[in-house]
Amino acid sequence: MSERTAGWFFIAPALVLLAVFFVLPATFGLALSLTDWDIYAVGNPRNARFVGLANFKTLLFDALFWRALLNTGYFVVVGGTLSVALSLVTALALHAWWLKGKGLFRTVFFAPVVLTVVAVAIVFRNLYGFDFGLMNRFLKLLGLAPIFWLGDPKWAMPAIILMAVWKNFGYNMVIFLAGLTTIPETLYEAARLDGASSWQQFRYVTLPGLRPTMLFVVTTTLIGYFQLFAEPYVMTNGGGPMNATLSLVLYMYKEGFRWWNMGYAAAVAVVLFAILLGITALSRKLLSREEV
Amino acid sequence: MISLGKRLAVYSFLVLGAALVVLPVGWTVSVSLMDTGASQKEPAPLVPPQATFKQYKLLFSRLNLARAFTNSLLVAGAATLGSVLVNSLAGYAFAQLRFSKKDKLFRALLLLLLVPSQVAMLPLFLLLRGLHLTNSLAGVVVPFLASAYGIYLVRQYALSIPQELLDAARVDGASEGRIFVAVVLPLLRPILVSLAAFTFVGAWNDFLWPLVVLSDEKLYTLPVALASLAGEHSQDVELMMAGAVVATAPVLLLFAFLQRHSIAGLTLGG
Repeated sequence: MSERTAGWFFIAPALVLLAVFFVLPATFGLALSLTDWDIYAVGNPRNARFVGLANFKTLLFDALFWRALLNTGYFVVVGGTLSVALSLVTALALHAWWLKGKGLFRTVFFAPVVLTVVAVAIVFRNLYGFDFGLMNRFLKLLGLAPIFWLGDPKWAMPAIILMAVWKNFGYNMVIFLAGLTTIPETLYEAARLDGASSWQQFRYVTLPGLRPTMLFVVTTTLIGYFQLFAEPYVMTNGGGPMNATLSLVLYMYKEGFRWWNMGYAAAVAVVLFAILLGITALSRKLLSREEV
Repeated sequence: MISLGKRLAVYSFLVLGAALVVLPVGWTVSVSLMDTGASQKEPAPLVPPQATFKQYKLLFSRLNLARAFTNSLLVAGAATLGSVLVNSLAGYAFAQLRFSKKDKLFRALLLLLLVPSQVAMLPLFLLLRGLHLTNSLAGVVVPFLASAYGIYLVRQYALSIPQELLDAARVDGASEGRIFVAVVLPLLRPILVSLAAFTFVGAWNDFLWPLVVLSDEKLYTLPVALASLAGEHSQDVELMMAGAVVATAPVLLLFAFLQRHSIAGLTLGG
């Protein structure tokens, strides 16, 4: 077998699998959003009709969809910001040259990343328990009134955000740590010689040096956080209380797989795709401007 | 040089942070060792008054969690084996073998990274239903096998293999398949361990896709079984916590075992 044939043989399994189980369905997903595919069509595809952009028009006036979009936006903006900020601060602390026990801290902070989301959600559901959860016992210790964390529409999303930050910050921390090592020590020495304070070193050496890393971290975090699903599914019985934690993917799941409105659910997926594509395009643009 | 105050501030921040990370985990293990209802009375104990494995026994006897555990192991194991095999072949070919349309194909492959899995999910379900693969473990595994990201990772690593090494093997009369097994795979080992760890953890923890595909309780993976258990036994806090321990222990152990390697490997997976 020549090298040329071998090349095609070697990539064939991957290409076939990707084509059949990803490219084909993803393409069909776009088409699906233009149909009224429902439970009758699940039984027999001939029952599906082409409806043009009707699903998207319905979405425009669907209060629940806007609720889900708004909730997801809240989670992405507040949760994403907190998460990235904590990752950065922790990475900076761990980067100090005189620090002992770096490896141990790094391992501990990273460990939650590998934990099963569903298991963590169950643990936090109990942690947020009204009477005996650790959170309210801690509040009581401080002399504060207990909070009905997951039952109060005002507090349910903050509770989920807190959990997400706890679980995820170690991931970006490791990436920031890698980014920090690429900043040459000589830059700091020069800054110190010029009499720069710690804050000035951070502001004028560290932050600019971390720009590409920061862009990568922010982009991947936004994309990841937009796909919120398991946390509200497990912690708030699928988006409660009063839809305060209903997310886009959860809405897609419910419409598509609970009510079998697959055409409509596909339209939700397309909106999600468009948002993520927008984020990626924006970050590409910012990055390329950086390189000019 | 560095003031004592500053050192103290950094250490306190890190120690406090580590405590806040460990606390929920420790509490989970502790409550999982309590008798039913023991954590839900005043004053609520932090450590079990009398440690018992009752909850674990219950999970594995009456609630059949062992079956879900086996399913998860099968799914994650098959996904890992398949992914390592399929993606290492393709990644190596894209890096080192000369064949037509290679660069065009690779660029097209990278475009796939932009598409979130949710877009493909609804039609994939319909497709698998047509193939009679819904409600089967094979249906859960299938989307994990080939991954544009996995191919990309292996390719970047395989670029560093010297072409002369491969050409020398060819001159010696080794077939392309033989070269892949005997020369390339050993050299790719580090990246393949990362890919394996990343795939195993991803498949083990995945929730949405198995939830969609599996309807028969007997086939539930751990996260799906656990979520369903949490719906039915939401008042059994001690039982739930034991379930959480069972579901996470394997990945946590794997992580501890591969520590340095897996941190690097798992962060590649973004």
